[in-house]
Amino acid sequence: MAEIMYWEAIQRAHDEEMARDPLVICMGEDIGVAGGTYKATKGLYEKYGPLRVMDTPISENGYTGLGVGASFLGVKPIIEIMSVNFAWLAMDQIFNSAAKVRYMSGGQLTAPVVVRSAGGAAHQLGAQHSARMEKVFMGIAGLRVVTPSNPKQAYGLLKSAVRSPDPVYINEHELMYNMKGEVPDEEYFHPLEGSEVARSGTDVTLFGYNISVHWCLKAAEILAKQYNISAEVVDLYSLSPLDRAGIKKSVAKTHKAVIAEEDEAPVGVGSEIMAIINEECFWELDAPPVRVHSALVPQPYAHNLEKATIPDHEDVVKAVLKLFGKA
Amino acid sequence: MKLKDRKRVLREMVLARRFEERCYQAYIERKIGGFLHLYPGQEACCYGVMEAARPGFDYVITGYRDHVHAIKCGADPKAVMAELYGKETGCSKGRGGSMHIFDVEHRFMGGYALVGGPFPLAAGMAKAIQMKGGDEIAICFLGDSANNQGSFHETMNMAALWKLPVLFVCENNLYGIGTALERSTAVVDQYKRVCAYGIESDVCDGQDIEVVLEHAHKAVEHVRSRKGPYFLELKTYRYRGHSMSDSRGYRSREEEEQWKQRDPINMLRDRMIVEDKYTLAEFEAMEKEIDGYIENEVIKFAEESPDPKVEELTKYVLAD
Repeated sequence: MAEIMYWEAIQRAHDEEMARDPLVICMGEDIGVAGGTYKATKGLYEKYGPLRVMDTPISENGYTGLGVGASFLGVKPIIEIMSVNFAWLAMDQIFNSAAKVRYMSGGQLTAPVVVRSAGGAAHQLGAQHSARMEKVFMGIAGLRVVTPSNPKQAYGLLKSAVRSPDPVYINEHELMYNMKGEVPDEEYFHPLEGSEVARSGTDVTLFGYNISVHWCLKAAEILAKQYNISAEVVDLYSLSPLDRAGIKKSVAKTHKAVIAEEDEAPVGVGSEIMAIINEECFWELDAPPVRVHSALVPQPYAHNLEKATIPDHEDVVKAVLKLFGKA
Repeated sequence: MKLKDRKRVLREMVLARRFEERCYQAYIERKIGGFLHLYPGQEACCYGVMEAARPGFDYVITGYRDHVHAIKCGADPKAVMAELYGKETGCSKGRGGSMHIFDVEHRFMGGYALVGGPFPLAAGMAKAIQMKGGDEIAICFLGDSANNQGSFHETMNMAALWKLPVLFVCENNLYGIGTALERSTAVVDQYKRVCAYGIESDVCDGQDIEVVLEHAHKAVEHVRSRKGPYFLELKTYRYRGHSMSDSRGYRSREEEEQWKQRDPINMLRDRMIVEDKYTLAEFEAMEKEIDGYIENEVIKFAEESPDPKVEELTKYVLAD
């Protein structure tokens, strides 16, 4: 098992799927000749040529719709939207066409596109380049939403998404492309549904996804060493559908829950997980669950303000201590 | 350009007209819900273009005024009517409704309700055709006002850039919902708007089907011979409002009467009477026969078909 970077894992999944099936294509801004803003498509243009590795104009709704239309006829497009902030412009085609066409055609037509995009706050990118959008995508019927927290998931989820008969949105993070991790040498397909226990524990469950899984893991480390609290970390790599059974199972074990997300409240991923806890296992709880999330502000530019907006592992630790009456 | 089989096409257009008029009646009777956008007045556009193309072979996509395009591609009028009635036997299993008629078997790739939404979808189908190497073309029928969406400009640019085999047919019926074209659009000649993208275009009368046929023939040949995309503007008129909730207060009854003088069905019929020894009696008998078919088969089928099962509410959201 080799240790590779997150972007390399995504690139490998592209390469393998494109080598296997001539109808798999990829498209997006700067993905071809320039090799991709985050290198996720590096070398593919040289290998597969401009008809299959399409440098698109800066027309997010247009090229996303074009990918959807191509998928009607069996082409399998992997569409990169450079930043999730621009995905708003493609929302008409994702929301109105890709997600709904199977239903409104009575199952006759499907749009099995893969849309990948990088969201999240990086380093002082300001209000229009720092957004999280997963909470919007996960509320759309007919769309699968996954969000890899490590290179293995980034590779295996993209592989599975390409093979899926449903449209899949893959939520990546701008700060994670250079993260290293082990990826199996052999071909690997990660399930599109479910959740993973990233660290086993007994006293509290920390729910995270994508980057917040790492806050939770770091917080669990601190909680174990400094406070003798055994935290379980559940990685919700699938945001739609959410793994209700997995959420219930862990809460039933630890009886306490903290939900960490980079998205802002209200109406965040955390709200939905809290609702699921209420619906599935309210009587298992020893204390009200706590949410950790961003402040409801357009992302500020100033370094100190940005830091104050976005939570991190320290906020997760604080939330747990509050839950245990230690803060 | 003379139609090869005027009689058949006349019959098809009359069926389309009577089908739509019967929908109107069913809507008044509250058998059909939602929004209903009817096609009478514009028949020569769909039939003229599709007579030049290959229905059931070429991929067709359109907006919400979609019943007739589906039928011309090969959809069974009974399944279309059952869809409007919200029945399980409807072509979209009662999940789509009037604005979402689909018949993928006949390559009618759907009616879509976001104005301008089908532009990039059509270009995408053309991209797939280009990759697969077939002889098909993609045909996108939309109205004049769709051209004021960003998707129009984004798609024209990509279609031209990648030389995609797609024919854009603009059925210019002069109004975007209730706003006249010249009140919403700086350049009223729609065919001129694609010049900015280097796309070949043409304009013609959309009421005389044989005029449409001639221009469409050239357009289809251009696209099928892989010379790139093409844009054809057809000047036409819808007799009814934009949808059923429209009382047409934005235009005069005189204007409507003027357009009805150039009715696509009557024009073809009268030409056949003069040139083909066709008779009014034959026409009237055909109308009667079609009305009988619509009543005794199409409506009966829709009325008697079962509703979708509530237990299957979430079927078709995702693949099984």
